[in-house]
Amino acid sequence: MEDQVLIKRILEGDRDAFADLVQRYNAGLTRLVRYYVKTDATAQDVVQDTWIAVLRGLSKFEGRSSFKTWLFRIGANLARKTGTRERRIIPIDPIDPVSSARFNEGGMWSDPPAPFTEILEDRLANAKALEACRRALADLPLAQQTVVTLRDVEGLSTKEVSQLLELTDANTRVLLHRGRAKIREIVEDELKGGYPWQ
Amino acid sequence: MAMTKDISCHQAVALVSDYLEGALSWRDRRRLEHHLEGCDACSAYLDQMREIILLCGVVTPDDLSAQAVARLVDVFEKYQRDAST
Ligand SMILES: [Zn+2]
Repeated sequence: MEDQVLIKRILEGDRDAFADLVQRYNAGLTRLVRYYVKTDATAQDVVQDTWIAVLRGLSKFEGRSSFKTWLFRIGANLARKTGTRERRIIPIDPIDPVSSARFNEGGMWSDPPAPFTEILEDRLANAKALEACRRALADLPLAQQTVVTLRDVEGLSTKEVSQLLELTDANTRVLLHRGRAKIREIVEDELKGGYPWQ
Repeated sequence: MAMTKDISCHQAVALVSDYLEGALSWRDRRRLEHHLEGCDACSAYLDQMREIILLCGVVTPDDLSAQAVARLVDVFEKYQRDAST
């Protein structure tokens, strides 16, 4: 069901529609808020305040931007206010995303990646890869995790991600690159065991 | 070709994410594409990266407990009550 339909129902007091909308966006919102504040508990509070702000403003929401963008902007603003004092400088992890050990001195692969596009056509292998991807994402450092979640899971543009997180586009892309590379490595490892029936 | 100075595999993989973002300079894009034409391993790496992005797109965030939704629905109901009084 489209956001606009849910929103209309929510304005009529439909709690199930609200639950659906929460289900759809709360995880992404929580991840975004958590980027600015120090603890999960604080994040929960800010997330709750965000939804209340959304309910207050919902009748005036005109749908010029997507609901997701609007929601995330409100969340980022509230989180920023709460988190200012807790704010950290985002460390750009200096570690090379692909282990140098996999290249020889001339920078050529000594341990080349095995293609896994075909493996992923297998349903079991795909489920395994998806699980590995989820796990890898959860284990990423906070900034990388936030960027990958907003860009690749939620599908926001790099520009939107940069604005929400107050990063330069270049830094957003560095974090994205690092995060993706780590996830790739973990999924590759998972699939290295080969086909489940082997 | 002077403008497509050869890059190593190590350098090539460093460009892959930005390449998929469409964020490379014209020159770097040329260098990377030139490298990919002759390198199966890096082409495999690029495909893997595409697959990873697809996988991420179907990850359903699982840190959303039923409890969290229930709590927010409570907030909604309270909000409705307060708004109607
Ligand atoms: Zn190569």
